[in-house]
Amino acid sequence: MENGTLLLEMRHMQKSFPGVMALRDVSLSVRHGTVHALMGENGAGKSTLMKCLFGIYHEDAGEILLEGTRVRFQSPREALSHGVAMVHQELNQALRRNIMDNIWLGRYPTRLGLFTSEKEMLKKTKDVLENLGISLDPRRMMSTLSVASRQMVEIAKAVSYDAKVIVLDEPTSSLTESEIEHLFRIIDLLKKRGCGIIYISHKMEEILRISDDITVMRDGTLITTEPAAHMTMEKIIRLMVGRELSQRFPPKKAKQGEILLEAKGISSKHQQVQNVSLTARRGEIVGLAGLAGAGRSEFFENIFGISARASGELFVNGKPVQNKNARQARKNGFAFVTEERRATGIFGILNITENMTISSLSSFLYGNFLINDRKRAEKTDHFIKLLNIKTPSRKTQIRALSGGNQQKVIFGRWLLTDPDILLLDEPTRGIDVGAKYEIYQLIEDLAARGKTVLLISSELPELLGICHRIYVMSGGLITGEVNAATTTQEEIMRLAAQNA
Amino acid sequence: MKFKYIEKFKSMEKREKKAYLGELLISNSLYIFLIAAIALIAILNPRFLSWSSIINIISLSAANLPIALGIAGAIILTGTDLSAGRIVGLVACVSAALLQASGYASKMFPALKTPPVWLVFLLVIAIGALAGFINGYCTATFHLHPFIVTLSTQLIIYGALLLFLMIGNNNGQSISGLDPAFTNFIKGSVISFGGTPIPNYVWYVIGITAVMWVVWNKTPFGKNMFAVGSNPDAATVSGVNVRRVIILVFTLAGLLYGVTGFIEAARIGSNSAATGLNYELDAIAACVIGGVSFVGGTGKIGGVILGVVLLRLIFVGLTFLGIDANMQYVIKGLIILIACAIDMRKYLVKK
Repeated sequence: MENGTLLLEMRHMQKSFPGVMALRDVSLSVRHGTVHALMGENGAGKSTLMKCLFGIYHEDAGEILLEGTRVRFQSPREALSHGVAMVHQELNQALRRNIMDNIWLGRYPTRLGLFTSEKEMLKKTKDVLENLGISLDPRRMMSTLSVASRQMVEIAKAVSYDAKVIVLDEPTSSLTESEIEHLFRIIDLLKKRGCGIIYISHKMEEILRISDDITVMRDGTLITTEPAAHMTMEKIIRLMVGRELSQRFPPKKAKQGEILLEAKGISSKHQQVQNVSLTARRGEIVGLAGLAGAGRSEFFENIFGISARASGELFVNGKPVQNKNARQARKNGFAFVTEERRATGIFGILNITENMTISSLSSFLYGNFLINDRKRAEKTDHFIKLLNIKTPSRKTQIRALSGGNQQKVIFGRWLLTDPDILLLDEPTRGIDVGAKYEIYQLIEDLAARGKTVLLISSELPELLGICHRIYVMSGGLITGEVNAATTTQEEIMRLAAQNA
Repeated sequence: MKFKYIEKFKSMEKREKKAYLGELLISNSLYIFLIAAIALIAILNPRFLSWSSIINIISLSAANLPIALGIAGAIILTGTDLSAGRIVGLVACVSAALLQASGYASKMFPALKTPPVWLVFLLVIAIGALAGFINGYCTATFHLHPFIVTLSTQLIIYGALLLFLMIGNNNGQSISGLDPAFTNFIKGSVISFGGTPIPNYVWYVIGITAVMWVVWNKTPFGKNMFAVGSNPDAATVSGVNVRRVIILVFTLAGLLYGVTGFIEAARIGSNSAATGLNYELDAIAACVIGGVSFVGGTGKIGGVILGVVLLRLIFVGLTFLGIDANMQYVIKGLIILIACAIDMRKYLVKK
């Protein structure tokens, strides 16, 4: 149990899916009382490795040892009962229940094995929270907590299971500076208790600060494991990407024209967006940087007419437009690729043709009422080819496609409306590296054809790589405007935290 | 094309073959069941396949098809419609009251000169459409589940129907003694098979069904309906007028209930407050059996037809087999449950 001794070992892990080798001989070991950072681009195999650990996937070869004993969990539940816990990036909590209900869900302390004992639950919850230095009332409703507090609750839950291994997946992606400090204090506490922590993050500074060991993965293989003291930011990036950063993005060739879009003092009804003004030219790719909750998505929703506007004006080509709803916005030449592909993008059970043509049905009419299905099929096939969408046919249900191909279908949907202004909210989230490049190329091509692109991304290198200009938002306000060619990640982060 | 499938099948491993056949059986289970049921009943009672029996099943199915087509739209939007049966009842009674024979002794409106059939038809489908519009308007505007909205409106409509039946000296009586022009228009026949006439309304329903097929499959409204049913938020972002689609689907449904009500008025001949009672339940069952899933965004006209016919076939078949009326309910319930369980398999994500 002594700190520094081996806690968890994953040896020679191998996992393949039809057509892809997702893990190739990857080994990872975590010592008691240390933080082991796991780094790599999306699609590098980090989450596949973790899913093998938690029994969501079963490895084809390799073995997992927990304190020297071989284990093979069948489910996350079983892993948890053996002291292996995960705090997910997307918190999966019962928001309409209070903190203690969430912590003891599925194993409520009972009296006589029949009735739940609120009193005992309250006491136990208080103990756990106090131990971690978290000052929250166990009876508070989850929905009233900030994302940071909810994350703390999730960690407390893992601790309440006596977890020895805790996996934190992008824990700081939506936290403010002070919240991050608190999280780090908790991590320190956990280290002192002898827990081993696997820390998955893209944020270099954080990783270098809190981890003891760093493992870098790329394309399903282990690149290296080294003590954090031997690493630098440049070295990690080079190892992660495996090539120079400049090659991750297509060259910026688009020529900029006159100002096409101008927003003046846009404020939303519920203050997620306050007095936002910006301009964008033809052929320009304008980035919006900021932390989660900075109001970037809400700004898109607002100018696209999906959420209510309190004040502000919008001009396209110098002419005022209203965009009171999505139909008007579409008519005014706007297109919107939303962040939550599954929730607001795809029609899962409908096929590719239906998904792609839903926004442009009126352009496929014979006369006034009837749809010309042949024309629709032709157009769909055209875009499947043009966007290199990998699918058996246009009649395939969209939910059967990979995330990247689904995203391309949604791009196709909007290209069919022949838009002038594209609002892209995290267009490459959850998409593998190859498809990402294709999407970047597509965005670049659109700009080269004189379109205006507004792009939200939480990956700063992505913003720096493809945008011309970047606005930084924080707490609903624009806190800065920077030139992508001359700015730094640090400058953007500073602006993003200014009003958070 | 056919050969391709045979080639593919031959090239499979034995285990694959088994799985493939199993999948084939499940996905076509409805047809298999339909054929098996017909065969079984026909063996036990050969009269089941006589012309009179077949035309009886077709006629009963046709009478119930419009209401099922209407409700199917609501189900595609992940909704439902509990008011359908009551709208049918209201429309049937209004149609009957306006179209009583002029010489009939206890007329509801003695002073009324019997109006032309087409005029009454237009009036009553307008009544149906108005009721449907109210359902759709409340669903879309107040963001209520149609279950709640139609639970309320079916009470309101039933109340309106009872009040209507108290008008004049009718005093809640059932309405009969219909104008022969009306009954002939609906129940008259131009074609017979094996001595059994096919009632005219069967042809009307076939026409309406064809129009509905076009509406569902060939119009932007139809495409939008499936999109809203599949993912209303994505539909909003895509620029679909979700509110209008919801209102239109329910209005169209109301119009179709009106058609069923108009047919029922003449078909039954004597209409009361009980006309239309629970029709929506049979219609919902038929839709679900026919693959119009509560998952939303999925369903076919052909499926609805199949569901209506299959349900009718079971009802008639059970009677043919002389099965106890009480037991029939048990069997119907089981069949609906099993059909839906099989249907659901298609929508579960395979892991």
